[in-house]
Amino acid sequence: MKKSIGERIKRNEDPRLLTGRALFVDDVQLAGMLHAAFLRSDYAHARIKGIDASAAREHPGVVAVFTAEDMGEDWAPGPSNVAPPPGDVVFHSRTHVPLAKDKVRYVGEPIAVVVAESRYIAEDAVEDIFVDLEMLDVVADLETALDPDAPLVHDDLDSNLAAHLIQDKGDYQAARATADVIVTRKIDIDRGAAAAMENRGVVADWDEKGQQLTVWDTTQAPIPIRNGLAARHGLSQSQVRVIAPFIGGGFGPKILLHYPEEIMIPWISIQLCKPIKWIEDRRENFHATTQERRQVHEAEMLLTREGKILGVSHTFLHDTGAYDPYGLTIPLNTQSHATGGYHVPNYHSEVKVAFTNKMITTPVRGAGRPQGIFLVERLLDIAAKELEMDPVEIRKLNFIPSEAFPYEREIIDQAFSPLIFDSGNYQPVMDKAVETIGYHHFINEEQPRLQAEGKHVGIGITPFVETTGVGPYEGARINIEPSGKINVATGVGTQGQGHFTSFAQIVADQLGVDVGDVNLVTGDSTEFHWGTGTFASRGAVVAANAINASAKIVREKVLKLASKILEAPEEELELEDGYVRVADIPRMSISLGDLAAEANPLRGAVEPGTEPGLEATAYFGPQYGAAAFGVHAMIIEVDPETMMIDIKRYVVAEDCGTILNPLILEGQIHGGVAMGIGNAYFEQLIYDENAQLLNASLADYLVPTACEIPTIEVEHLETRSPLNPLGTKGVGEAGTIPVPSLFAQAIENAFPDHDFEILEMPLSPNKLFEILHKKEVGQ
Amino acid sequence: MKPPPFEYYNPRSLDEALSHLAEHGYDAKILAGGQSLVPMLNFRLAQPAVLVDLNKIADLAYIQAGNSGGIQVGTMTRHAQVERDPIIAERAPLIHETMPMIATSQIRSRGTFGGSIAHADPSAELVAISVALEGKFRLRSQSGEREVPATDFFLGMFTTQLEPEEILVEASFPSLPPGTGWAIEEIARRPHDFALVGVAVVVTLHSDQRIQNARIVFLSVGDGPVVAEKAAESLRDQAPSPNLLRAAAEIAAAEDIDPSNDIHASADYRRHLAKVLTRQALETAIERAKG
Repeated sequence: MKKSIGERIKRNEDPRLLTGRALFVDDVQLAGMLHAAFLRSDYAHARIKGIDASAAREHPGVVAVFTAEDMGEDWAPGPSNVAPPPGDVVFHSRTHVPLAKDKVRYVGEPIAVVVAESRYIAEDAVEDIFVDLEMLDVVADLETALDPDAPLVHDDLDSNLAAHLIQDKGDYQAARATADVIVTRKIDIDRGAAAAMENRGVVADWDEKGQQLTVWDTTQAPIPIRNGLAARHGLSQSQVRVIAPFIGGGFGPKILLHYPEEIMIPWISIQLCKPIKWIEDRRENFHATTQERRQVHEAEMLLTREGKILGVSHTFLHDTGAYDPYGLTIPLNTQSHATGGYHVPNYHSEVKVAFTNKMITTPVRGAGRPQGIFLVERLLDIAAKELEMDPVEIRKLNFIPSEAFPYEREIIDQAFSPLIFDSGNYQPVMDKAVETIGYHHFINEEQPRLQAEGKHVGIGITPFVETTGVGPYEGARINIEPSGKINVATGVGTQGQGHFTSFAQIVADQLGVDVGDVNLVTGDSTEFHWGTGTFASRGAVVAANAINASAKIVREKVLKLASKILEAPEEELELEDGYVRVADIPRMSISLGDLAAEANPLRGAVEPGTEPGLEATAYFGPQYGAAAFGVHAMIIEVDPETMMIDIKRYVVAEDCGTILNPLILEGQIHGGVAMGIGNAYFEQLIYDENAQLLNASLADYLVPTACEIPTIEVEHLETRSPLNPLGTKGVGEAGTIPVPSLFAQAIENAFPDHDFEILEMPLSPNKLFEILHKKEVGQ
Repeated sequence: MKPPPFEYYNPRSLDEALSHLAEHGYDAKILAGGQSLVPMLNFRLAQPAVLVDLNKIADLAYIQAGNSGGIQVGTMTRHAQVERDPIIAERAPLIHETMPMIATSQIRSRGTFGGSIAHADPSAELVAISVALEGKFRLRSQSGEREVPATDFFLGMFTTQLEPEEILVEASFPSLPPGTGWAIEEIARRPHDFALVGVAVVVTLHSDQRIQNARIVFLSVGDGPVVAEKAAESLRDQAPSPNLLRAAAEIAAAEDIDPSNDIHASADYRRHLAKVLTRQALETAIERAKG
């Protein structure tokens, strides 16, 4: 039978999604359901002196209003999402609160919640709540957040320092003394939003008589949400069912464990014994959903005269916002990627994480990696210029050689484990990108010709690594129904990645069935209640291998039972088209459905130890993460008068190990590149000196649309991961990671006669104007 | 993002609509295509007590050829209809060329010609070209009707000569004299965004091809449409040349406009773009004027 893994199969879920028959949280309608709206802080930093909700409580149609005080003993900060770092690392955990009690610490922090017959009434009544606030000085700027005289975000700490971590490999200072070339630059990266198409939402329904809490939640981590809710409300885990239905994009922020609304809506449902709905609107999404990227680095690279990297060092500030529930994950990822795919013998990094009066930062697609890649690739480009080397050649010279894998980085990763790149073969991927975009032809022929015509065309080419597929584990239960359909249940959740198809392909291959006959249920804790979630590019690695392991056991059960019924040895059986056949004797066969019925008899005796049905549950946890690799290349034209850019070609050569479905993979990459283009050129959250967000709408926060995204040519290479049976590596964040560096390279390259450097992200035409205007371009 | 409560009227005739406005005055807002007003309601930036919806008044949507070569556009005519109308394409080529620049096709299918003008957003293309084309607006109230030239109509940001009891019922545009060319240029981050800067130009040449008259009108550089009078004056009776146009563009950018900083563009960048776009628009308009 033809293998389904690796085939370009259209997505099983798309007919439902495209015809409006898929369940999203806002589709949930329950009898007697009430609606919640939150009063959110208009100010970034203020002390709450008093809250008067009496007028709101009397507003017609309002059922209840709750403040932190009304929660009594149930008021408690949210959980930390990560384990504390090792003992020698300074780390002050201050997690987010369900409703602000003493102080508000960022614009958008919830202060009170109104429950009413409709969302309209709830929003009207929110305006009736009076909050007496004493304004406090604001920590708006990351670079001054740690000044001794800075106002304190958390009054019980001595400073706004949330964490302090130093990592070393080799002897950086000794290497510095021997370096021929030292490149030192300041790198400045600002915040962006994830801007998923679907905002967040929670519907909670406490069944008083059944003593059962059901929660529909736009979460990427349904099982941890269930476990947390059970613990918080003193319920057993089996009393809480969390369903993460179809989700219109997550990109990271929907992982955060127990957003204030995820705590409040179930709590209110229990208080009132009523179903409660809260759907985040777009303005709330800008003020109440986590963000990422802000870091400022003092970065340095040491090289030999020949262009060999001797060392990389960077001292940086990372903005965690008002709380730090996600610990050090992002800056640790930055460190894991600040030496890219290169052999760097000496490394020094010092990070200080600072509290500010802004929204909390948690991983957003890329999760610290784009900052690291931007840093190392920018330093390499500057070094190449100084050494008069070709940017491609200096990279090839420094790649980790294929024989060096598994390659130990000698630093710790985001889980505080040693960072090891499992496998890779970087050179051919670079060659593929160079060849596909026609790098040498462009540099040697096309660019000079176009420049002679007065055009400003430039090329960029950026390799990147992506650590993916981290543990701890995922699991899956698979069973064959008497109809012959296969049911797969996993707890991983889904946010639009095509799991209903790519996971089905794995099962189809193991059991010899059509992909369309595999029905996947994910993100419903009643169906499967073990797992962590869909993030960190781990679905295709961790969940897929759990499903593969489970399907293998079911296959063994199928073969064992069929062997008995067909009276043929297992080795002579084959699974094809939904049947088990004796090889070469097609009439000696039984369908999987009939076999499933045989495995679950209604009468008669069974042998001791026999389990009913053709069902198995299995788990997979990798030894450590898989490191994917890729190279992006881009040709752009810049209008030197208007500073507008036009992307002429965009090439991605990637190696994410075994490809489950190239169509879905390319979709992931297209989406990732689109987000990267946003990060590089369109999307910047602009805060003023009072930490007020100035562009909290999709009219002012510019998400690239189809018009701004070029045709993306994707080339695949496969270096299987040795750490999992399928050989897969993650790819969810790959498209996003190298794009800022690529933009910087291509724009600099488009102005060969102008000596300027792009060291900040995101860019905009206005920033290009400021940078280039100083160089008298376009005058 | 839900609007506060409001009373809603859905009149079937202009007279009925005018009577609601007469009754409610400043408390009422007119709902046309809703592409600006509805977001403002949802953001609670506008909190009118009363909405008077014009969408059921069929005879406010029309495009007709005027007697002397001009055109008239009824206030409720959708942008999409104007965009595809052959009379507009023939008689008002600047309007025809401008329509696709307005927002997205989805917004143009609902947004109205008169709604955009009455809203008086300084970034609106129709506001600037109405001034460039020397259009006139017919305003009606229960007490009568008056006609106001576009050049007098716009008073500032979101502010016009419209009284609370008045409805803008029609925009009319005269025919372009012989030897006239036109152009509109704008720069937006994404094609559907409000322009960082835009400029509409209408140039009429003497028979010897010297410039008889130029109208240069900017959008997104002030509180309303900004007419570049000094630049226009510098062109009067001059023979067009690259240097002349460049100099005029510099005058426009340096002296005629006073753009402000915002999160999308600095004043310096806006001035720079104004210079670039004015030169380009003048070049195009003069080429067209020459036929």
